[in-house]
Amino acid sequence: MMMGFIWFWLVAVMIVGYVVLDGFDLGVGVLHLFLVRTEAERRTTLASIGPVWDGNEVWLLAGGGTLYFAFPLLYASAFSGFYLPLMIVLWLLILRGVSLELRNHIEVGIWRALLDGLFGLSSALLTIFFGAALANVLRGVPLQADGYFFLPLWTNWQPGTYPGILDWYTVIGGLVALVALTLHGALWLTIKTSGDLALRARRIVTPLWLALAALTVVSLAATIIVRPASLNNYFNYPITFVVPGGVIASMAGIWFLNRNAQPIKAFLSSGLYLFFMLAGACWGLYPTLLPATTGADRDITLNRAISGPHTLAVGLVWWSFGMVLAIGYVVFVYREFHGKTDLPEGVH
Amino acid sequence: MTAELIHRLHFAFTITFHYLFPQLTMGLGLLIVVLKSVALKTRSEEWDRAARFWGRIFAINFVFGVVTGIPMEFEFGTNWARFSRLSGGVIGQPLAMEGVFSFFLESAFLGLFLYGEKRISKLMHWFSAVMVFVGSWISGFFIIVTDAWMQHPIAYDRLPNGQFEVLSFWQLLLNPWGLLQYAHNMTGAVITASFVMAATGAFYLLEGRIESYGRMFLKVGVIAGLVSSILIIFPTGDLHGKYVARNQPAAIAAMEGLFHGETGAGLVLMGQPNEETGQIDNPIVVNDLLSFLIYGTTKAEVKGLDQIPHDQWPTALPLLYYAYHIMAGLGTWFALLMIVSAFLLWRKCLYTSRWALWALLLSFPLPYIANTAGWMTAELGRQPWLIYGLMRTSEGYSNTVSASNGLFTLLGFMGLYLLLGILFTVLIYREISNGPEPQAIPADAIHAD
Repeated sequence: MMMGFIWFWLVAVMIVGYVVLDGFDLGVGVLHLFLVRTEAERRTTLASIGPVWDGNEVWLLAGGGTLYFAFPLLYASAFSGFYLPLMIVLWLLILRGVSLELRNHIEVGIWRALLDGLFGLSSALLTIFFGAALANVLRGVPLQADGYFFLPLWTNWQPGTYPGILDWYTVIGGLVALVALTLHGALWLTIKTSGDLALRARRIVTPLWLALAALTVVSLAATIIVRPASLNNYFNYPITFVVPGGVIASMAGIWFLNRNAQPIKAFLSSGLYLFFMLAGACWGLYPTLLPATTGADRDITLNRAISGPHTLAVGLVWWSFGMVLAIGYVVFVYREFHGKTDLPEGVH
Repeated sequence: MTAELIHRLHFAFTITFHYLFPQLTMGLGLLIVVLKSVALKTRSEEWDRAARFWGRIFAINFVFGVVTGIPMEFEFGTNWARFSRLSGGVIGQPLAMEGVFSFFLESAFLGLFLYGEKRISKLMHWFSAVMVFVGSWISGFFIIVTDAWMQHPIAYDRLPNGQFEVLSFWQLLLNPWGLLQYAHNMTGAVITASFVMAATGAFYLLEGRIESYGRMFLKVGVIAGLVSSILIIFPTGDLHGKYVARNQPAAIAAMEGLFHGETGAGLVLMGQPNEETGQIDNPIVVNDLLSFLIYGTTKAEVKGLDQIPHDQWPTALPLLYYAYHIMAGLGTWFALLMIVSAFLLWRKCLYTSRWALWALLLSFPLPYIANTAGWMTAELGRQPWLIYGLMRTSEGYSNTVSASNGLFTLLGFMGLYLLLGILFTVLIYREISNGPEPQAIPADAIHAD
C-alpha cells in the first residue's frame, strides 16, 4: 500500500512537471498569434522557448513511461479507451514540433506565416485536449468488467453513464487549461522579453486572469456536481483544504506580483496555481485512478492497477536517481539561458 | 483486414518511419564529437563550422525523430493494450528509463549546443556535443533492452493476475540478446551517418564547389564508414547471428530459407522461398557454409523448418527471408565500397576518382534500407510471438479498438508522414546545398533592437 501511495504521487509529480514546464511554451504558442507585431518580436518570442520546449515535452514522455510500468492496467485501459483523442493529440504534437522548429529554416514569408499559424493553432488545441483529458479522468469513463472501454469523441454532450470525450464538463476543463496555460505563457514572456512586447504581455495578463478566476470557480463547482465523491478525501482529512486554499493564494499572487512588476515571482505563482489545481484533482481521486461511470465496483484503483512489488522497489531506486539528474539538467539549462532572450545566430 | 493485422501494420509503419531519423542522429552524434574534437584541438574555425553545419542537419533529424517517436510510446497502450497490461511491469521499465536517463540529458544539451554557443566556453560547447551523443546512445540502449526482452524474455516471474514481474533488474538490462543487438544496431547507425557524410562530401566535389569541406567530409565519412562496415559483419553481426540461431531456431531457418534441417547445411545466397513446395526456387547455394557460420564446423546440424511445428513458423516467411538477404547483401556492399574508398584515400586519389565519388554519393540511401531490413528481420523473425515463446501476437493487440478505427488512424499517419517526408527532404537538401559557410542573413531576419 505504501508503494501504491508513493507511485501515485510520483506519477502526479511527473504530470505537474509536464504541465508547469510545457505549459508555458504551449501558452507562448497560443499567444504569439496575436501578441507579436514584427518579425523580430516573433523571433524573440519563439527563441525564448527554443532551447527548452523539447526538454519540457520530455516530461510527458517520462511521465507516460512511469505510468506504464507503475500502473500497466491503467496505461493499457486509458490509452486504448481514449484511442481517438490520443491519436489527435499525437498528430497535433507532431505538427506543433515541426512547425516551431522549421520556421527558422525557411525564409519565404508565406511559408513562415503558415507554420506560425499552425504552431499557434496546434498549441491552442493541445491545451484544450489536455484539459479535457484530465476532466475525462475526473468524470470517469464507462469501464467494462474486464477493465477496458472505448469512448467516442462526443455523444449528447452530457456527462452520464455513457458520455463522449467531449461533454459540457470536459469542455470546461479544456477551457480552464487553455486560459491557465495562456496566462502562464504570458508571464513567461514578461520575464524573457523586453520593451513594448513585454509590456503587452504584462497587460494581457489582466483579462486572462479574470477569465481564469471565473473558470476556476465554475470548474470546481462542476466537478463537485459531476462527481460528488471528489470531496470525500477533503472531508475525511480537513487539513487538505489547504490545497484549494493554495489555489486561491496563488491566484492572488499572480495578480499582485504582476501588477508590482515582479515577473519571475508572478510566473512562479502561476506554476503554483497549476500545481495546486492538479494536486487537488489527484487528491480528489485518490486511491481511484480512473473512476467508472458504470458503477464504483469497476473503478480502476491503485490496488488493482499496480505493478509487482519487485518492479516498484527497483523502480524507486533508479527513478529517484534519474530524476535527480534530470532536475539537475533542467536547472542547468534554465540558468544558462537566464535573463532576456537574445536572438540566435547559429540557427537561421 | 483483421484488427490484428491493422495493429501490426500501424506499429510497423510508424516505427519504420521513425527509425529513419534516430539512426542518423545516433551515428552523427558520434561524428559531430569527432569534428568538435578536431576543432578544439587545432583551434580550427573550419572544423567548428563543419560541426555547426552537421549540428543543423542533426537538429532537423532530431525534431523529426522526437515528433515521430512520441507516438511509439503511446502506441504500446493505444494499439497493444493487452500486451501492455501484462508486460508493463517489465518493458515499461526500460521505456521509462529512456525518458528519465536519456531524453532529459539529450534535450538539455542539444538546446545548449544549438542555441548556447555564444554563451558558453569552447570546452563547454564540446562537452555539450559529447552529452548529446551520450544521450542518444543511452536512448538506443533502453529501446534495445525493451525489444531484447520481447525477443529473449529472461529474469521474469508471473504474478497471480498473469502480469509479468521483473526478477532481476540487472539481468533485464544486461540481457545477452540486448547487448549483441545493441552493438550490431549502433554500428548500423554509424554506417548510416558515415555514408551520409561521405556522400555529402562526394556531392560537393562532384559539383566542384566548397571543396575543402568536400574533402573533410569524405575523409571523416570514409574512415568511420570503413571501421563501422567491418564491425557490422565481424564481430557484431556474426555473434548476433549465432545467438539468434541458438535461441530462435525457427527464425534462423526462415531467414536462411532452410526448409529441411541437415548436417552440413548450405548457405543460400539467392533464390525465392516457396512456401507451398517447401523449397527454394532457383537457388545459388554455398555448401556447408551455414553450418560453419553458426557452429564453426561444416559438419554441424542446423534445424530446418520441417523440425518446427507449423504454428510456430514466422508468419511472413518470404518477407523475412528477403529482408534478411537484403540486409546481408547490402552489408557486403558497404564493406567492399568502404575498403576501396579507404584505399583510394590512402593513395591520395579518392578526391579525383569520379567513379568512386559517384558510387559513394549514390550509396547513401542504402544504409537506411539495410537498417530497416535488419529490423524487419528481427521483428518478423520473432513472429508468431509477441513475447518469444510466452505470448502470441494475436493475444496482444487492443481488442477494444476496432479494425476500422485502427485503419483510420493508420491512414492518418501515412498522410501526415508523407507530408513530413517531403518537408524533411526539402529542408535537408537546402541545408546541404547551402553548405557549411555562413550565409548572408536574410533582410527580414535582422532584428529591430
